[in-house]
Amino acid sequence: MSEATVPKLELGRVGESLPRVDGIPKVTGEFAYSSDLQAAGMLWGHTVRSPHAHARVGTIDISAAVGMPGVHAVLTHEDIPGEKRYGLEFQDQPVLAYERVRYFGEPVALVAAEHPEQARRAAERIRVEYEPLEPLVDPERATEAEPLHPDRPTMGHGYRDDPRPNIVRSLVIRQGDPAAEGDVAVSGVYEIGIQDQAFLGPESGLAVPDGEGGVDVYVATQWLHVDRDQVAPCLNLKPEQVRIHLAGVGGAFGGREDLSMQIHGALLALHTNRPVKIVYNREESFVGHIHRHPAKIWAEHRASRDGRLVNVRVRILLDGGAYASSSTAVTSNAASFAVGPYAVDNALIESTCVYTNNPPCGAMRGFGAVQVCFAHEAQMDKLAEALDIDPIELRLLNALGPGGSLPTGQTITGTLPVADVIRRAAALDVPEAEELPRDPMRLPGGSGNTTRGEGVRRGVGFAVGFKNIGYSEGFDDYTAARVQLHADGSATVHCAAAEVGQGVANVILQVARTELGVRDVALAPHTTATVDSAGSASASRMTWMVSGAVRDACRAALEEWDKKGRSLEVDVERIYRHPRTTPLDPETGQVTGERAHVAYACAAMRVVAEVDVELGLTRVVWIGTAQDVGHAVNPQAVQGQIEGGTAQGLGLALMEEIQTRDGLITNASFTDYLIPTTLDMPPVVSELIEEAEPDAPYGVKGVGEPPTVVSTPAVVAALRAATGRELSRVPVRPDDIVGL
Amino acid sequence: MDVLTPRSLEQALRLKAERPDAVPIQGGTDVMVELNFDRARPAALLNLNEVAELRGWSRQNGRVWLGSGLTYAEAMERPLAEALPALAEAARTVGGPQIRNRGTIGGNLGTASPAGDALPPLLVCGAEVKIASVRGERIVPLPDFVVGPKRNVLAEDELILGVSVGGTESRQTFMKVGPRNAMVIAVVSLAVRVDGDLRAAFGSAGPVPTLVRAGLGDVDSFPQRVAEAASPIDDVRGTASYRRHALRILTRRALDRCLV
Ligand SMILES: Cc1cc2nc3c(=O)[nH]c(=O)nc-3n(C[C@H](O)[C@H](O)[C@H](O)COP(=O)(O)OP(=O)(O)OC[C@H]3O[C@@H](n4cnc5c(N)ncnc54)[C@H](O)[C@@H]3O)c2cc1C
Repeated sequence: MSEATVPKLELGRVGESLPRVDGIPKVTGEFAYSSDLQAAGMLWGHTVRSPHAHARVGTIDISAAVGMPGVHAVLTHEDIPGEKRYGLEFQDQPVLAYERVRYFGEPVALVAAEHPEQARRAAERIRVEYEPLEPLVDPERATEAEPLHPDRPTMGHGYRDDPRPNIVRSLVIRQGDPAAEGDVAVSGVYEIGIQDQAFLGPESGLAVPDGEGGVDVYVATQWLHVDRDQVAPCLNLKPEQVRIHLAGVGGAFGGREDLSMQIHGALLALHTNRPVKIVYNREESFVGHIHRHPAKIWAEHRASRDGRLVNVRVRILLDGGAYASSSTAVTSNAASFAVGPYAVDNALIESTCVYTNNPPCGAMRGFGAVQVCFAHEAQMDKLAEALDIDPIELRLLNALGPGGSLPTGQTITGTLPVADVIRRAAALDVPEAEELPRDPMRLPGGSGNTTRGEGVRRGVGFAVGFKNIGYSEGFDDYTAARVQLHADGSATVHCAAAEVGQGVANVILQVARTELGVRDVALAPHTTATVDSAGSASASRMTWMVSGAVRDACRAALEEWDKKGRSLEVDVERIYRHPRTTPLDPETGQVTGERAHVAYACAAMRVVAEVDVELGLTRVVWIGTAQDVGHAVNPQAVQGQIEGGTAQGLGLALMEEIQTRDGLITNASFTDYLIPTTLDMPPVVSELIEEAEPDAPYGVKGVGEPPTVVSTPAVVAALRAATGRELSRVPVRPDDIVGL
Repeated sequence: MDVLTPRSLEQALRLKAERPDAVPIQGGTDVMVELNFDRARPAALLNLNEVAELRGWSRQNGRVWLGSGLTYAEAMERPLAEALPALAEAARTVGGPQIRNRGTIGGNLGTASPAGDALPPLLVCGAEVKIASVRGERIVPLPDFVVGPKRNVLAEDELILGVSVGGTESRQTFMKVGPRNAMVIAVVSLAVRVDGDLRAAFGSAGPVPTLVRAGLGDVDSFPQRVAEAASPIDDVRGTASYRRHALRILTRRALDRCLV
């Protein structure tokens, strides 16, 4: 651990490593997660889900369930008082299925009972008439299949008008001369499996009727206000009648951007006039949220003899699954970052997301950049080999930086120290190989005791990646903060920013302490009831946005306080907006204003792995990284994000994949969906590159996603170096290493 | 659901005879998963944790007696770990520390999973399972005890008392392959013992853990023979061809370890 992790506790200002305010309760088990909520007279809700990936829904007979002991409500789509569909960006997802189910596990009916067991038993007695339909599971054939959404919900929103069926969005970016030839060309086809957020706290929450027709929902989520705006219309209520309160979040990673139990719990609570709690079990959680888009990427890189990229041509196919979720933005991100943080004059990028009957996909840490980074970094290594240039040299030669531009034509106006992160990561000392014999725990296979050194080869890999910070393409994104100064000199901050484990509670407190110059700052509960929206805890945006909003509200409060003679109570709310973005041109994919993305952050990573090439097992030995963080509000928290984000990318590289058969998930458990353990994940040496972002408050940048983007390709590069195999698909399976 | 807690073996056997529908529970690391996932709703549980006769281990005429209540954590401790090194290595691969503290050999036999990690080391050590009921005791060699995936020969009034194993202090080892370095269900596993002859037993490569034997002169062909004895399938954890391949590699490495 570096000295940055030693807490300095004078005041807890911006720039200090302040221990997490929720840290001790979490490690001692005292922290209340959303699944721990209780209310007097509470009922338990249960969701009846489709066993089919695609079927016509006939009659739903609830009669046998209704009179069962303890049962208070059994609801179907007929009981929804308002809108029957909802969605994060497009209203294409039924609250409860009617006419058709489009994915395995789609909600069909709801039960509320005194005891969860009673609810489950009643659910078993509900008879749903299904007429199974051929599931559309091959994304490469989606555009020739019958449309799953004949009303084309994502069309007519300013995107390219693609007449083919089952298109969620297609985007073409054309820059320069897409036919330009180089001296050397390399190509490859890359595949990324379905990764899950695998948060440990399953979807859960408590809905409490307010006795006046409205409802309070306590839930683990990522954006309180957008939940409210989706819940209220389905209940036929005014937004103020629905109050969303943040309950303890057990991990999110994008998987809580879409709704889970919010509308269902509220429907049951209003119907029974009792508080209703819903907690998904692990299996249900795997079907109860969206996943990272699986992708297939065809790439061709053309370069001059001296190593400069001349032309990059990439085709990306993303499987969006049954509903749109945030797929349109993922499609655009994948296209924007397809080349990687490199300068190139000519590019042709086509990114398409299709509907299928596979599990729905949406937001996950890295959001479109993860998939393409795996491809472009493999391509850069191939190119280095074809040109016989050192792979790090090749990256430096092509590194993008301020003043350079993306294939969308957007000029980098803020900081983007790509060459710096490359140099700093490359300069980190790689440890010597440990001697043999050694404890098998420190060899590939770990506790499995499979080798004493036989078959083990060592490889070192390197990768660079980048991603945008904030919402893009003209979205009016803002964050509100409200500050109260009290007569005793203390302050309270209200902000609806979701603390999802990333440490935003500390950020809010640190900014307030910095601006107000007092230590005694309280953070009010995160809720829609007392303050305007904070926007989403996603897109690496929250630190930046919250810093701006809290700073502005604190400064306004101090001004007010001065005006009022420094004695009265002050209460002000301010809204912060980042620089405006504009959409991409639907035909050329070029920017229509100064920027389509707000800003960027990059990272470079070096990985040492040992691979048992005979058994295909891996031990990642060492990871070193340099990351562009703007200005670290809380260096210890930044390092935590780097370590966690790296582990998540390592998981995708080596083991994490949702498997399906005919659209049905076959490994919906932590027995078979594996995430890295402490024996799989080495310590991470991280260098924070602090170059203040000019557009951001205090020069901060989001830090949560770049490590996830860059670690998957860096780990696989180390595996390629150790094995000499192409390894063009993640997660890499033992079979791929062995060559079966 | 009733929870019956006998205080002696005699009581346990009587209760099992009276309530054949009562599911025995030792560490509960399999039983509680079934209950929590709503896959089983037994009318009663027979809690064996207070039956002292089922606990611990002892030496008996050159063999070792393992009570059905022996935990993995206990199997990893010396001197038992020195007497049965393959079992100790297998125990170390099971779950995390919590599971190893609770999970038992008897429970692994009760579950009789093709992936049960205690079973291959017991097979190569010639394990005999001792079973009892109010009707009396019987001894069943382990290969005959497991009759199919998650099926064993226990009658509804019977309990497992423990296993008797030989081969102590022989050269033996256990290996388990999984796509991560701890806490995995075996994609394939193997125990090997060299002691007068060659013995290998594999898990997760057929419907039941299976013993393969050969003479000491067959060292070179043994890896291939073990791989051929397997009847693996493709499933979410791995492919049949990988399992067969891995068995070949593991057997060769295990022989190298045991023949030095
Ligand atoms: C997180 C986790 C990880 C795991 N990892 C592994 C692993 O790596 N390898 C592995 O092999 N297993 C693993 N398991 C499964 C389990 O831990 C083992 O099978 C263990 O040996 C079961 O022992 P137990 O005492 O907990 O059995 P219990 O759950 O108490 O019982 C298991 C079965 O045996 C029966 N039974 C128990 N005792 C007797 C008796 N005396 N007479 C008759 N029947 C009896 C029970 O009725 C039940 O059918 C794991 C389980 C979990 C939850």
